[in-house]
Amino acid sequence: MSFLNNVITGISLGSIYAIIALGYTMVYGIAKMLNFAHGDVIMVGGYICFFAMGRFHLPPVVGVLLAVAVCTALGIVIERLAYKPLRAAPSLAVLITAIGVSYFLQNSAQILWGAATKTFTPIVGTVGDSSLELIPGQLSISYVAILSIVCCVVVMIALTVFTGRTKMGKAMRACSEDKAAAQLMGINVDATISMTFAIGSALAAIAGVLMCSAYPVLSPTTGSMPGIRAFTAAVFGGIGSIPGALLGGVLLGIIETFGKAYISTDLSDAVVFAVLIVVLLVRPAGLMGKYVPEKV
Amino acid sequence: MSEQNKNSYPKPKLVPVPSTNIIPERDVDKRPILECRHLGIDFGGLTAVDDFNMAIGRTEIAGLIGPNGAGKTTVFNLLTKVYQPTRGTVMVDGRDTAGKTTIQLNHMGVARTFQNIRLFGNLTVEENVKVGLHEHTRYNALSGILRLPSYWKREREAHEKALELLSIFDMQDMANYQAGSLPYGAQRRLEIVRALATRPSLLLLDEPAAGMNPSETAELMNNIRKIRDTFQIAIMLIEHDMNLVMGVCEGICVLNFGRIIAKGTPDDIQSNPAVIEAYLGKQKEA
Amino acid sequence: MKKTINKTSLNGFINYGMVIAAYAVIQLLIGGKLISNSLQSLLVPACCYIVMTVSLNLTVGILGELSLGHAGFMSLGAFSGIVSSILLQDVIPSPLLRLAAAMVIGALAGALGGLVVGVPVLRLQGDYLAIVTLAFGQIIKNIIMVLYVGVDEKGLHMAVKADSFYLSDTGTVIIKGPMGAVGVTKLASFTAGFLLIMVTLLVVQNLVNSRAGRAIMALRDNRIAAESVGINVTKYKLMAFVISAALAGSAGALFGLNYSSTVASKFDFNASILVLVFVVLGGLGSIRGSIIAAALLYVLPELLRGFDIAEYRMLIYAIILILVMLITNNPAIQNFINAKFKKKRKGAVK
Repeated sequence: MSFLNNVITGISLGSIYAIIALGYTMVYGIAKMLNFAHGDVIMVGGYICFFAMGRFHLPPVVGVLLAVAVCTALGIVIERLAYKPLRAAPSLAVLITAIGVSYFLQNSAQILWGAATKTFTPIVGTVGDSSLELIPGQLSISYVAILSIVCCVVVMIALTVFTGRTKMGKAMRACSEDKAAAQLMGINVDATISMTFAIGSALAAIAGVLMCSAYPVLSPTTGSMPGIRAFTAAVFGGIGSIPGALLGGVLLGIIETFGKAYISTDLSDAVVFAVLIVVLLVRPAGLMGKYVPEKV
Repeated sequence: MSEQNKNSYPKPKLVPVPSTNIIPERDVDKRPILECRHLGIDFGGLTAVDDFNMAIGRTEIAGLIGPNGAGKTTVFNLLTKVYQPTRGTVMVDGRDTAGKTTIQLNHMGVARTFQNIRLFGNLTVEENVKVGLHEHTRYNALSGILRLPSYWKREREAHEKALELLSIFDMQDMANYQAGSLPYGAQRRLEIVRALATRPSLLLLDEPAAGMNPSETAELMNNIRKIRDTFQIAIMLIEHDMNLVMGVCEGICVLNFGRIIAKGTPDDIQSNPAVIEAYLGKQKEA
Repeated sequence: MKKTINKTSLNGFINYGMVIAAYAVIQLLIGGKLISNSLQSLLVPACCYIVMTVSLNLTVGILGELSLGHAGFMSLGAFSGIVSSILLQDVIPSPLLRLAAAMVIGALAGALGGLVVGVPVLRLQGDYLAIVTLAFGQIIKNIIMVLYVGVDEKGLHMAVKADSFYLSDTGTVIIKGPMGAVGVTKLASFTAGFLLIMVTLLVVQNLVNSRAGRAIMALRDNRIAAESVGINVTKYKLMAFVISAALAGSAGALFGLNYSSTVASKFDFNASILVLVFVVLGGLGSIRGSIIAAALLYVLPELLRGFDIAEYRMLIYAIILILVMLITNNPAIQNFINAKFKKKRKGAVK
């Protein structure tokens, strides 16, 4: 039964990773940059929801919506101020800027909200009734886990429909193929990139709330490790690929949970990153990524 | 480049070397430097180059022409193993190149320039040439770090050799300029010098005259001949400037839709109906 | 066209001269008791961070590959240096020689780490390489956090769990899992740090101005062209990477032997980023910039202690980092600077 419990934990953790990884992957697909600050947007989302619910006693739904709104705005602002001027710059410069933004967010949070960890109240379930018993005493699934998996599935379906069917989604795909050509076809590339950051950051806010509900501690560095892990998941699945992010996220969640359960709790990071290295060596573009050689 | 220098180049003249080796059947006395047999490559389902057969004599200047998208650069990429061929063989100096890498091909004697210039933009002109001389500047990294006598000796040799090579194009005065800041024509010439520095026996030039004005092109023509005569190497070039191709090449190969549609001397090619059709389209029946 | 006079060797000598002069001035200040104790305690780590910065510049500025795990190599060097200094206690009685030996072993450990990461990983490019170096840094930190090392009369003992770690009563524990290395004899000195900087400068500057260095910079500028002239991409990438890691390892050993205890979390992702910030602010590819940036930025917070900005330090770094990137990559500003100062610049090394 502990095996099944681990599978459930792994999938729900993986679902959160997948939602974060989607943000990484969409931004990479279109802006061709690693948005290192993505993980810290998660943290901001967590704090907004925390204060909305804790200090202003708003209902969880409002808290989540507020977090989504703030993060969406934050994502757009970051893109406009920090990344847009660097669109023609070498990728190293963009990556370093993104690292700068990440540190900026972490340290701003520390100054604004203090370095001490805060205890987050899960948005679903209560202390006494936090999980659904599937087999009493043996197999249970927490409400947060159910919510995470549901959210992940909904987000996946919504994104697939969005990129495949809507005009904006098609514009995004066009931009990811060739920005110059897309522009010539009358697509507003700047707006499309902003939109991508907005969606990615909104997803980060949702993931932030789910993450803090599942592991109820909140500090300015809360986002960085899940951010790096989700990024690993995105690379693992093949960065730029939406189904890849889902696959990578879920697999990573399972690997991490199993690593903790069967190898060593302390070595779970080492296991996760070792898996990433092995995957990249075997498939340099990730599980579902396309390897595009440089044109000569 | 000054007027005086232009005059100091040898007058264009036909050099008495085998001139039609591009057609393998006529390559009699010497083993060709390059021989392709049934060379082909597919990208996904698309056949970019197919059944490419040609040979180039040891000191021949050969041209590879064809309409845009005919697969000319792809042929160069196959010859330098940027792409591994799907079918067929490439022999360099009688040795099979199957499974070799770009680096090994260069060590076997194939050097090239690029259609979109690829210089080491942050290095100086001299350093660019010295990178080309890499294989011929033999000392190990440790002697370099410790500045052992071999370092000083080899570096001095490399410096002299680099300036000598740059003097082919009268560029020795530019040795300390940053390569990325050179004007376009000089960048193209530097690429040729860098390729020559690797001591190739076959030099592949991908659109060497692109972006050059007529007088620069005429000078380039002379220089291509001069390089061949001085270094006694084979040169194969892709070019859209027909004056240059017809003026300098001894054998020409015409590619269309990835296949050779004609091979022969410039005169043969100019009167070949298939070539005219490929370039101008089929004449409508009246 | 930008013309450059071949000033590379002159530039190198200016760097040596600058470091020697700084060393002499600081020694005089120490002699005259003009330096506060807290500042004096920063000298050795500042030297270590200068070496870290110059060596990371070799990877990032000169090879052109982003490494986000440079502190991992420092960590390897620190812990192997500490362990070896304790093991060699009886073999090499002289503390100076023992420090030198520990730094050499630290360098070897760093180099080995560089090789282990480099061989498989340098096939990857750009962002992927960056993320794998990050992963590697995390793995090293993670493994050292669970590592127990000790020595007794039967020799060296190692374990990854506290409950499987046994030493005899006379044994010494060297690394104690999450608590890190404890009971370290402080061997490090400012002079050792100065010498390490000089060695680092010698290695990096001479490498850059040699055949191998040109090959490395050629890879940075255009990999495909470098291959086309027969440069062995893997060999030279690996060479730059391993030398960089070895120097970081040596700096790590010195760093580790400067404190009585050291924990693995000192060498985390933040430490790697801090060094990267120094490299970027000093100027990619500029050795002198690296030295100055590392020295100033490492000591600056200490100097500003009275002003109560410690809290804002990282925030200020972050803002400076972003601004520097935005400014240096702004074509209008670049043109302005070039026109104004007729910048004579060689991308290679200052």
